[in-house]
Amino acid sequence: MRALTWHGKHDVRVDTVDDPEILNPRDAIIKVTSTAICGSDLHLYDGYIPTMQAGDILGHEFMGEVVETGPGSTLKKGQRVVVPFTIACGSCYHCGKNQYSACDNSNPADNQDIADTLYGQPMAGLFGYSHMTGGYSGGQAEYVRVPFSDVGPIVIPDGIEDDKVLFLSDILPTGWQAAENAEIEPGDTVAVWGCGPVGLFCVQSAFLMGAARVIAIDHFPRRLEMAAKFGAETINYEESQTYEALMEMTGGIGPDACIDAVGLEAHGLFVDNVWDQIKASTFLGTDRAHSIRQAILACRKGGRVSMPAVYGGFVDKFPLGAFMQKGLTLKTGQTHVQRYLPGLLTAILEEKIDTTFLISHRLGLEQAPDGYRMFHDHQNDVTKVVLKPGFDRVAA
Amino acid sequence: MVAPHDDAPITTSKRTEKTAQAAENIADPKGSSLVGRSVTINRPRHELYVQWRDFSQFPNFMENVERVEMIDDVTSHWAVKGPGGSTIEWDAIITQDQPDSLIAWSSADGADVANSGRVEFHDAGERGTIVTATILYDPPAGILGRLVAKLFQREPAIQTRRDLRRFKQLMETGEVATSARTTKELEEETA
Repeated sequence: MRALTWHGKHDVRVDTVDDPEILNPRDAIIKVTSTAICGSDLHLYDGYIPTMQAGDILGHEFMGEVVETGPGSTLKKGQRVVVPFTIACGSCYHCGKNQYSACDNSNPADNQDIADTLYGQPMAGLFGYSHMTGGYSGGQAEYVRVPFSDVGPIVIPDGIEDDKVLFLSDILPTGWQAAENAEIEPGDTVAVWGCGPVGLFCVQSAFLMGAARVIAIDHFPRRLEMAAKFGAETINYEESQTYEALMEMTGGIGPDACIDAVGLEAHGLFVDNVWDQIKASTFLGTDRAHSIRQAILACRKGGRVSMPAVYGGFVDKFPLGAFMQKGLTLKTGQTHVQRYLPGLLTAILEEKIDTTFLISHRLGLEQAPDGYRMFHDHQNDVTKVVLKPGFDRVAA
Repeated sequence: MVAPHDDAPITTSKRTEKTAQAAENIADPKGSSLVGRSVTINRPRHELYVQWRDFSQFPNFMENVERVEMIDDVTSHWAVKGPGGSTIEWDAIITQDQPDSLIAWSSADGADVANSGRVEFHDAGERGTIVTATILYDPPAGILGRLVAKLFQREPAIQTRRDLRRFKQLMETGEVATSARTTKELEEETA
């Protein structure tokens, strides 16, 4: 099959590789019809994520048609499914508590050592995202082996186009969980740092959860315009001072809940030395930690801070004093995608959540390297690239 | 001397003399280095005991074990991967067997790789069962050391925790997780 493979910094290629096979009873093979490039894929592209190996297949946002099933799979050939980026067994203690991204079993035993050492306990396996999270082949390919296919994938009714449901795989539930973690109460004012895909889904989710006002913060005009379309007020931090603006816009109280959706969009995994490298680069700079610091300072006393953005290593100058003295609550974590799928699919079908607005570019799988380059170089205009392996198949 | 007030398991002790104490818990201790590791498995104690008691199932989750044959109810013959494609073999005897709670074994006298171990099963309420393995082994030294190093793939502590994770995966999910994409990759991984 053809697949987008990683070979090093700014070097991704579409190669011919061996097709996946059923290896365990609960596996299924999915023929990919749509797969997106995630903001967090750019950090693989930029070479910041450790434990990558040349030839790794990228991609963790994908959907497609079931073409093969193991004897323990509950899927049927021909079904269309969206696959969560988090792989979860459904039978361990954490899965039983709906904490799917903390699954004990989906990260292979040997790979768990790295996270065991860095984080104290290993997290779930992820598709296409380095060997620390399992080393699973990703979805930017014609076919994918999906383990525990009786637990993760959600079946999509006929007649619903891919573009409407593809983002169930990651960024929509990630935005939703971030808003849920903000424990929004009716009438609240919610501030969202970052209007990337996750931030924009936070805006929609916050309103659905009863927020009276959402204030979106970014510096890309196109993204702020999208936030405004969903009813958010905007702060362009290149034009105005964020903390001062937030205080004035809330009558000196501060937002009731603050969501930090800046940064690596939920699944970058960093060690401290890599973190230092990032801090030294002008691309990421120290603004990453700046947004969480600012969220803590701006948040009203006794308010909530939610952090879907990833901080994998160590952050210095964390305002622990402000955090404690103001009695804030911080909730964070990788997304428990499986927990939210049925509810969010219904919300999409009932047109309560708009997902397709995000897609700026649709390309064939063979154009994937161009997609990475465009997404990397033109963040204002390229909001989301969706790859359609079918485009190539039709063309060929 | 003031009591140190330390309820931590012996296997986590900073004091090497504690190894001797741990050895006392194994009926016929073999080996001088100690590894201890616990894992909580979301299955009933009885089920885990039954699975472990059948040593012939070890290759399903122990990476370096090629096969274990039960010769009689307490004696087993082990074949374990050695360096250069070789196989190291020895007999082991079950020295303690308390149904649903404890199994201990030791290598028979004359084994090239002296080792012994004990696995305990404790109820953990809604979380299932806590499985605690304690392994005694001879640390790597000389030619024998290289055999042992290969046997336990770098370090017995690492091997023990990986094997316990695979046991947990097998018992909780019915399969051992792999990120291989093809049969060929899977075979290379387990070779």
